[in-house]
Amino acid sequence: MTMPPETSVVGDHPSTLAIRAQALSRVFGAFTAVDAISFDVGQGEVFGFLGANGAGKTTAIRMLTGLLAPSSGAATVAGFDIRHDAARVRERIGYMSQRFSLYDDLTVHENIRLYGGIYGLTDEQIASREKDLLSRLAFTSSASLRVGALPLGWKQKLAFSVALLHSPSIVFLDEPTGGVDPVTRRQFWELIYQAAADGTTVFVTTHYLDEAEYCDRVSIMVDGHISALGTPASLKAEFAADDLDEVFVRLARGATKS
Amino acid sequence: MSPRFEAWSTLLAFMRKELRHLVRDRQTFVILLCLPLAQLLLFGYAVRTDVNEIRIAIAASAADPAATSLRAQFANSDRFILLPSIPNAAAAERLFRSQQTDVVVVLGPRTDSRTVGVTPPSLLIITDASDPNTSTTMANYAQAVVRDWQALRSDVSGRVAIDVRARMRYNPTLRSVNLFVPGLIALILTLVTSLMTALSLSREKERGTMELLLVSPLRPWQIIVGKVIPYLGLALVNVVSVLLAARFVFLVPFAGSYWLLMGASVLFALVSLALGVLIAALTSSQLAATLAALGGTLLPSTMLSGLIFPIASMPEPLQWVTTIVPARWFVEIIRGVMLQGTGVDVVWRDLLILSVMLVVLLVAAIRRTSVRLA
Repeated sequence: MTMPPETSVVGDHPSTLAIRAQALSRVFGAFTAVDAISFDVGQGEVFGFLGANGAGKTTAIRMLTGLLAPSSGAATVAGFDIRHDAARVRERIGYMSQRFSLYDDLTVHENIRLYGGIYGLTDEQIASREKDLLSRLAFTSSASLRVGALPLGWKQKLAFSVALLHSPSIVFLDEPTGGVDPVTRRQFWELIYQAAADGTTVFVTTHYLDEAEYCDRVSIMVDGHISALGTPASLKAEFAADDLDEVFVRLARGATKS
Repeated sequence: MSPRFEAWSTLLAFMRKELRHLVRDRQTFVILLCLPLAQLLLFGYAVRTDVNEIRIAIAASAADPAATSLRAQFANSDRFILLPSIPNAAAAERLFRSQQTDVVVVLGPRTDSRTVGVTPPSLLIITDASDPNTSTTMANYAQAVVRDWQALRSDVSGRVAIDVRARMRYNPTLRSVNLFVPGLIALILTLVTSLMTALSLSREKERGTMELLLVSPLRPWQIIVGKVIPYLGLALVNVVSVLLAARFVFLVPFAGSYWLLMGASVLFALVSLALGVLIAALTSSQLAATLAALGGTLLPSTMLSGLIFPIASMPEPLQWVTTIVPARWFVEIIRGVMLQGTGVDVVWRDLLILSVMLVVLLVAAIRRTSVRLA
């Protein structure tokens, strides 16, 4: 049962929806980590999901990826309800967490085979996608190296590519560039753009506000709410700021929880 | 690709990875393969309650003919090493203090044939009870020899003595190895299975790879089965090697069916594996999982399974507690099958209990994993 893609009425972003969150909330005891957030992300968009530590970004991402059940509200990801169609959502998303999460004791090749297998790709599909992936990353000679032996930047690029191996319609990146040098960050964003150009929606959290400038649209979470949402240019105009850094600091300063 | 086939190929990919982890960590793998055998060889020799080479001295007056025949009786027993006779009980004290003897038999003045039946014979067996268990065992052995000696003497004297005989069935030589080897198999299986699955799952949690698995289309049962099967294979290799050592090194008799034994071992291994998975699901770090696996499985398996301490002699509440220790039922099965040749007609109850435990643990483990990372 494939639901027809929902169409958005809001003007300035692509019309097919990848993610739609409606009053999505998560409560831990007396603490409301995510407080009724609503937003749409269009297919093929690079959506920056910003916020200070503890603002609720990770909780939100975990709900959207099916790792955490929402307390109330609803969301659809890739056209499927995250509560009732979680299995279909999982087949259609890729995920890269802030913790590096490939297997260090397996080789590059073995990690690729594992994720290909888990996502139900055939051996031929895995073989051809692995070849593409390795040549795109210029890793061909490293296929038989253990992942643990790779430099961090390589690992992150590999983890991103592995998250895209099954051609998900949306990829969630939770602080993908933490601890990575500026050159590698640059290369990483080139990979993100390439994925977006191929039609993949990229939902990314980051603490680097220069990176946020690369996003099509940006949301800023403060205390579980979305305090600002728009293109980097419109946000700067709205807050009469020179850069997103200033927007962010101005919003975050009003926060009570961080 | 049919959904069913897809489920299996997904599972296969996951299991292949699990097997790689296992083999990749060469040190752990070698330890896991060799440790059980080493443990059996070590403990099989060390853990036994039968006592040999018991040093014994007989205190009696030199002229007593009863002392001569008693000496001969002890000399004929291969458990005892007969020390030179000592004159009296006071000398025994010196021997004990200098740790030159384990047992002293003091023969009273009126134990020769003429007075048997007239005055109660007086014979005192003294043992060093600083190690109570060993001391009791040694006293029992000495009593047995004395009984034989008395029986012999009453024959000579023409009087009828009550002939008390105990027959130890199924383990006639009272070899404790026969009792411990089956128990060790239970312990070794527990160690390899619960601890290793608990560790490997909690490692995924700690490193964050678990998140990736949970975000993927892998279903909780696939993650659990994929974790369990490789370790089940390893446990089976261990069972076979330990059983072979038991049979050919310790000469433990195999009265029953090998197939029943293997079947029961697989069942028990699965129960322990499921327990390991549940432990990992309930704990949040490798350290906590290790402690829980050691405290929650290994200790009860040792202490409450009847392996070392007889369940019948435990206080009643504790006897109830033993019923939830899987090893208790497995030890019962394995001892019955190996030593008594018990068949399914008798052990079906134990097998059923273990099966119920397996289902309960698996359902709980899958449930806990289904909660995802809530």
